[in-house]
Amino acid sequence: MSEENIKNLEEIFEARIARDEKIEPKDWMPEKYRKTHIRQMSQHAHSEIIGMLPEGNWITRAPSLRRKVALLAKVQDEAGHGLYLYSACETLGISRDELYDQLHSGKAKYSSIFNYPTVSWADMGAVGWLVDGAAIINQVPLCNTSFGPYARAMVRVCKEESFHQRQGFEIMLSLCRGSKEQKAMAQDALNRWWWPSLMMLGPVDAESVHTEQSMKWKLKRKTNDELRQQFIDQTVPQADLLGITVPDPDLKWNEETGHYDFGEIDWDEFWQVVKGHGPCNKERLSARVNAWDEGKWVRDAAMAHAEKKELNKLKEVV
Amino acid sequence: MGSRGFLWFLIIDIMSKKNWPLWEIFVRSKNGLEHRHFGSLHATDAEMAMENARDVYTRRNEGVSIWVVESKHITASNPENNGELFEPAQDKVYRHPTFYTLPDEIKHM
Repeated sequence: MSEENIKNLEEIFEARIARDEKIEPKDWMPEKYRKTHIRQMSQHAHSEIIGMLPEGNWITRAPSLRRKVALLAKVQDEAGHGLYLYSACETLGISRDELYDQLHSGKAKYSSIFNYPTVSWADMGAVGWLVDGAAIINQVPLCNTSFGPYARAMVRVCKEESFHQRQGFEIMLSLCRGSKEQKAMAQDALNRWWWPSLMMLGPVDAESVHTEQSMKWKLKRKTNDELRQQFIDQTVPQADLLGITVPDPDLKWNEETGHYDFGEIDWDEFWQVVKGHGPCNKERLSARVNAWDEGKWVRDAAMAHAEKKELNKLKEVV
Repeated sequence: MGSRGFLWFLIIDIMSKKNWPLWEIFVRSKNGLEHRHFGSLHATDAEMAMENARDVYTRRNEGVSIWVVESKHITASNPENNGELFEPAQDKVYRHPTFYTLPDEIKHM
């Protein structure tokens, strides 16, 4: 195809998106659109899969059966969300095995938040309340994104996520209404998860390299800073209701702007974790790689079993 | 090819695919509605595809019936042919009721 031809196709393509038309897998698309979507959707899928690990850590130690079934259901949802997203990503012509390879070799990233440890039961509350809360803010606009399979997967994901945040908040509420020790646990969890949750919404706009293109393709509807402000504005009153303190001495309601002002985020920490030097990067990735490697014989056996059944069926025919 | 040779041919054909194949999942959300495409998943055979579909796509009463079809059996039209496939229908306004004018006195037609 000539360069002029491609330029024409690109213009038609961008116009379709501007008209709010959806792009489906077999439609012509610029190579950059395909690559950007594979990158973002696979990162998203990897985050769901790795995101099971910090919570899976507490399933056997949940304090009641009610909490245990909720946590199990939440972790199962995360597996499901990973699977929706992987299969949506595969429609762009990359195989599941390639996607796993990219995760296992460290080539692909997942959300940095999962590289923090979950050291107490209160962390299950804080993760649901804050991490899922921030995730929802990120994800809701994606239900309208331009790539059809991603948008459809996100509609299902968002529907299911809202219980995740509520169960987290309920855990926090129980702890805050409990003994002094329980409330201290909740405060400690908020102290540790607050800043990483703000970082989850991505680098500041001035340093976000993909924002402009992503806005055009409706992979983003609001900038990172706008989303972060929205998260803070909606979360601070919830902390007030719990009676615990957001660990930011500069946090203050600004009558003029109608938003909370907040303190400086430690971006060095963020980049350290992104680059692999967070508290649990190695642990998370090795848990994932081990699970995959140790499950190989099961996958192979299942395949061999299916083949044998198929052959037996054929033998009867021949 | 004798039956034995045919069998070996099949064995080699099947052994050469190492990864779990891809399946498309269709779910009827309640009786009276059609099965709708919900997404896809990997499974070794139809039975496992069915079990996985139940866990992945119907955790919240989304369905009363599931179809699983191995993706390779689906033939899809190519968007590049959309012109010849679908444009001919665009100028056939006479296929729609609004094309026909009726006197105002006629109701319910």
